Amino acid sequence: MSLIRYLGARAIEFIEEMGKMALFLLRAFGWFFRPPVRIYQIIKQMHFVGFKSSFVVTLTAAFTGMVLALQGYYTLRKFGSEALLGSAVALSMIRELGPVLASLMVTARAGSAITAEIGIMRITEQIDALETMAINPLQYLVTPKIIASLLCVPLLVAIFDVVGIGGGYLVGVKLLGVSGGSYWSSIESAVEWKDVYGGILKSISFGLIVSWVCCYKGYFTKMSAEGLGRATTQSVVLASVLILVWDYFLTSILL
Amino acid sequence: MSLPIAIQIRGVEKKFGDHEVLKGVDLDIPKGKITTIIGPSGEGKSVLLKHMIGLIRPDCGTVMVDGVDLSSLGERKLNEIRKKFAMLFQSAALFDSMNVFDNVAFPLREKRLKTESEIQIAVFEMLERVGLRAMGHKFPAELSGGMKKRAGLARALAMGPEIILFDEPTTGLDPLMVHAIHHLILSMHQTFGFTGIMVSHEIPEIFPISDWVAMLKGGTIIAMKPSEEFRQLTDPRVREFISVNNGMAAMPV
Repeated sequence: MSLIRYLGARAIEFIEEMGKMALFLLRAFGWFFRPPVRIYQIIKQMHFVGFKSSFVVTLTAAFTGMVLALQGYYTLRKFGSEALLGSAVALSMIRELGPVLASLMVTARAGSAITAEIGIMRITEQIDALETMAINPLQYLVTPKIIASLLCVPLLVAIFDVVGIGGGYLVGVKLLGVSGGSYWSSIESAVEWKDVYGGILKSISFGLIVSWVCCYKGYFTKMSAEGLGRATTQSVVLASVLILVWDYFLTSILL
Repeated sequence: MSLPIAIQIRGVEKKFGDHEVLKGVDLDIPKGKITTIIGPSGEGKSVLLKHMIGLIRPDCGTVMVDGVDLSSLGERKLNEIRKKFAMLFQSAALFDSMNVFDNVAFPLREKRLKTESEIQIAVFEMLERVGLRAMGHKFPAELSGGMKKRAGLARALAMGPEIILFDEPTTGLDPLMVHAIHHLILSMHQTFGFTGIMVSHEIPEIFPISDWVAMLKGGTIIAMKPSEEFRQLTDPRVREFISVNNGMAAMPV
């Protein structure tokens, strides 16, 4: 009996949490449409989420493209179709690896920082201070971060795709001797608008997941240093898991 | 009490989970005076203070500010009322992404009632008053505890509020600094004439600077008297608290 009660309590808790998260997101969006529009905050957050993540995204993209070309080359050679290397790299980049890996890097770099920043503001009463000044903390802190990440993650993913394909070219063509012409032409013939569109859609939704989860966890941090640590860990884990799970479902819908 | 009332609290109850913190608080805060709420730790003094500005809403009861009940207001109306208020937090709650100058300027810039050059002048004047004129470029992390409270006070005063809430303004400061902060609050009160509500533990120190003293114990206000009368109360709960906290209780002041 107590097991059933325990499971029931956990289930209710879970559903309550989901509802809280949904309301949090709706309110944050609602505040976007009320004056004042916080352009400066949005630009500041775009600088933080977007520009400051671009180095680590470029670096991971280059190596991802390089290893893909390496692996792809040895696999394709077994069938004598090295000429298709370009399309193999580009399709996996654009459809799958670009959105997922770039978003995971943003989660690790910017997401954790977002949770920590908002969490510290919560436990040092800075969020209460905003409220006493008649400034809505959601509008001031959360909305700009969500908007910035919706705009920046797709751009980072685009950079990731391009750099990754370039990395593949470097290894495939310059190192392993695939012909440059066939590398590019196989990309041109294989990549369709549908692939690019799917990648953009994925990256927008991942951008939403990262900022939503990380802001939420920070905003409702328990009032202690331990609570803050836990919130940061939880936000990174939850955002990463959600990205991968949602990636599967979105892919199955898009296919 | 025939004094004009700034905040009127009636029957306010608040529970956190199963823990009943406030059990029917009735309190009148006189306008233009400094009222200090004392009482044992963990009795909900800060919780009561946060009710007055709508940061926490009561489970039942009313909090009336100038005749408007905060407990039932929507966000927009509540923000209108909040323009009368400022709050100095226990930790000072300075925004640590901004330097002291920007912290003080922040509420002014947000409200856009003044031009940037007017704001510059107003902020420097306010920093001068609290003795931080040369510290405008420093970040909160570089300030001592006392300086943070001063900066917090400057930020609170910047908007010219009618009511200022002080949540343990001297916690964690050395005795000299406690005295200095109290003196600063008093002189600012004389200059600006705001209604001050303070939550404090500094037992002998608060009597000379407060006009009224109220004691919160067991979730209700057990006494509220003008400062001088409060010290003469014979209620054992009050006596015990005053004398335990006050090593100098026996000494004439």
